[in-house]
Amino acid sequence: MSEQRPAAAAAAGRLPVLKTHKVYVGGKFPRSESGRFDRALAPDGTPIANICRCSRKDVRDAVTAARAAQAGWAGRTAYNRGQILYRIAEMLEGRSGQFEALLTAGGATSDEAAAEVQAAVDRLLHYAGWTDKFQQVFSSVNPVATSHFNFSILEAMGVIGVLAPASPLLGLVSSIAPAIAGGNTTVALVTGSQPLPAVTFGEVLNSSDVPGGVVNILTGRRDEMLAPLAAHRDVDALLLCSPDPDVARSAEIEAVHNLKRVAVRPHEDWTDVQSPYEITDLQEVKTTWHPIGS
Amino acid sequence: MTDSTESTGHTAPKLRLGNDDGWAYAPAPESTDHVELRERYGLFIDGEFTDAADGRTFETANPATEEKIAEVALASDADVDRAVAAARRAYDEVWSQLAPRERGKYVYRIARVLQERSRELAITESLDGGKPIRESRDVDIPLAAAHFFYYAGWADKLDYAFPGRGARPLGVAGQVIPWNFPLLMAAWKIAPAIAAGNTVVLKPAETTPLTALKLAEIIRDAGLPPGVVNIVTGAGETGASVVQHQDVDKVAFTGSTEVGKLIRRALAGSGKHYTLELGGKAANLVFEDAAVDQAVEGIVNGIFFNQGHVCCAGSRLLVQESVADEVISKLKDRMETLIVGDPLDKNTDIGAINSRAQLDRIEEYLEIGEAEGAEPFQTSCPVPDRGYWCRPTLFLQASQSHRVVQEEIFGPVLAVQTFRTVDEGIAMANNTPYGLSGGVWSDKGAKAFRVTSRIRAGVLWANTYNKFDPTAPFGGYKESGIGREGGLAGLHAYLQPEQAA
Repeated sequence: MSEQRPAAAAAAGRLPVLKTHKVYVGGKFPRSESGRFDRALAPDGTPIANICRCSRKDVRDAVTAARAAQAGWAGRTAYNRGQILYRIAEMLEGRSGQFEALLTAGGATSDEAAAEVQAAVDRLLHYAGWTDKFQQVFSSVNPVATSHFNFSILEAMGVIGVLAPASPLLGLVSSIAPAIAGGNTTVALVTGSQPLPAVTFGEVLNSSDVPGGVVNILTGRRDEMLAPLAAHRDVDALLLCSPDPDVARSAEIEAVHNLKRVAVRPHEDWTDVQSPYEITDLQEVKTTWHPIGS
Repeated sequence: MTDSTESTGHTAPKLRLGNDDGWAYAPAPESTDHVELRERYGLFIDGEFTDAADGRTFETANPATEEKIAEVALASDADVDRAVAAARRAYDEVWSQLAPRERGKYVYRIARVLQERSRELAITESLDGGKPIRESRDVDIPLAAAHFFYYAGWADKLDYAFPGRGARPLGVAGQVIPWNFPLLMAAWKIAPAIAAGNTVVLKPAETTPLTALKLAEIIRDAGLPPGVVNIVTGAGETGASVVQHQDVDKVAFTGSTEVGKLIRRALAGSGKHYTLELGGKAANLVFEDAAVDQAVEGIVNGIFFNQGHVCCAGSRLLVQESVADEVISKLKDRMETLIVGDPLDKNTDIGAINSRAQLDRIEEYLEIGEAEGAEPFQTSCPVPDRGYWCRPTLFLQASQSHRVVQEEIFGPVLAVQTFRTVDEGIAMANNTPYGLSGGVWSDKGAKAFRVTSRIRAGVLWANTYNKFDPTAPFGGYKESGIGREGGLAGLHAYLQPEQAA
């Protein structure tokens, strides 16, 4: 598996091939344009891998990729988006062992790691099933008092900037899945102490028929990446998963430039953060009037 | 006018109706004799009318005559404090304790009295704000009553608002409304708020406080518990005091994008709920397969309704090149028949500009448009000597970069551009930071559906324009605002779902 410690592996008689952890942008796995890196650490502080320390430019590139993918993704049928989310669940299930190892390397017990991976798979399945149902539950035909056919539907907000939760796998899945289920594309900033599951989740997405650019995952430091993402005029909404009110407040102020919609998720435990309102919070309501007549 | 030298290619002589050809209408003013207006109005706080704590007042005037109508109390921070405290007390002790059905009955009462006093309210609206009596009588007042009636019925049905979840009110709502639809905006704000179980402090616009104060009388006479609805009059400072008040749980603002951003910034990190209904620069797209005469009526209604003082006005006309000459020629002819003048005259199409300040702003844009190279067209109708007036105006040959295309003018001024393909028309429509509304004119249903689904805006009108209904959610994408008013979505703006068990 990928995260064996070099010394231990060498003692077993074979030098392992170590993995370079890169980011996921536009369906590709580039390094940060900045060439900088940070270290992912084990709970005891031992470095276990180098990760990309992304820059403002990386954020802008990711937004460009997300924008380019958005109309096409929203234009997919709800059925197709559901199948693709289901495919992500299938691929994650198949790589459970790898993710359990990553979570265990981050300090989880093997039971906790297994439970988190299973919950993440089930969460993807849950939202896969919502793609062709939330519109039915939350749209309306409005009985206006004039001779018009009037209806309100939900439309994807567009490009969502996600400050990913610290919860390394379940939190990331729980924040991204409802966003993309509704036709949005995302730029997720992974800034917690355990970036490796998120980076590896990009590989799952890339092998699940998710079009490039629908989910973009950047690693690095929040204080370098969040402000440029929150201020970016081609980002339509922010999903701020942080229990720190100062983080939300500073991002909200940056978001005023183009009146981004902002949803704040202060949860630290993501076990129960699952509902269709996670989808509708990232949707616009569009009302259309058509005359009824000859 | 009888001259038909426009380059339309029409050869048959045309009959045109205008203002200078002997077809002038005799005046038909609405009588005002049964409208009771007081010389002084106080603040409505905790069920009573009171003076401002510091005794200050301001004048509200008739924009059609520039004459003062009444003096109105100017609320300071101390008065807003008092109003918010009354709203909090009413929320805690009375309104949140009341059976939902009974709460609904109070709201129904308001709807009924609005209908009973509709004529008086319509005249007051036109006197204070300058809008044509036909519009205040047929649109503003009936819709205001309809909003109260619609939301009254929600009061005991909130368990159905969020599938799978319960619902509870937010608390005290601070609400600030504009001068373009004074009573209707008060209804949009107050009706869903109190039906959902909140209490409110509402600040009407400085230039149009009177119908809100008449609504206060109605609310008092309907027997609502004191403090459920409080109305504080004043200008921008009073509004700022309302939206920034610490003890307000929800802010609802309708007004400019500029002020909306200031409010949004002030609310950052507060965790408070908010809805913002802001500016717009809507495109009205006319395709070559449109019914041209209907489209021309829709263009006129889109931009000249309420003097163009409409956030969702169709202020950009995008017309497909192949029909542009015909559409523009017919539009000019139709515009020449529009009557600008006395808002109380039932023949009037375009009333008074709401204030001197707004007229100055519009006239500044008329100069900007001409300086930037757009080709102005203004009708020749007479306008009264006193009061604030603006003839219906076009800017032809406008470019995407022109300020009259990019910025909200909030007056009877229409920027006209042409496009060739459907995709180009959609791209031009979306090329704006705003996203409140849009119009599509085409007799091809499939095309109308496709275009409405691709315009990034909250309200789309296909082969119609400027229609409103309490059941139909209204609100903007992008910099036109956040949140919806009207319908179930508008109810959500005053509720929060209970957390899942």
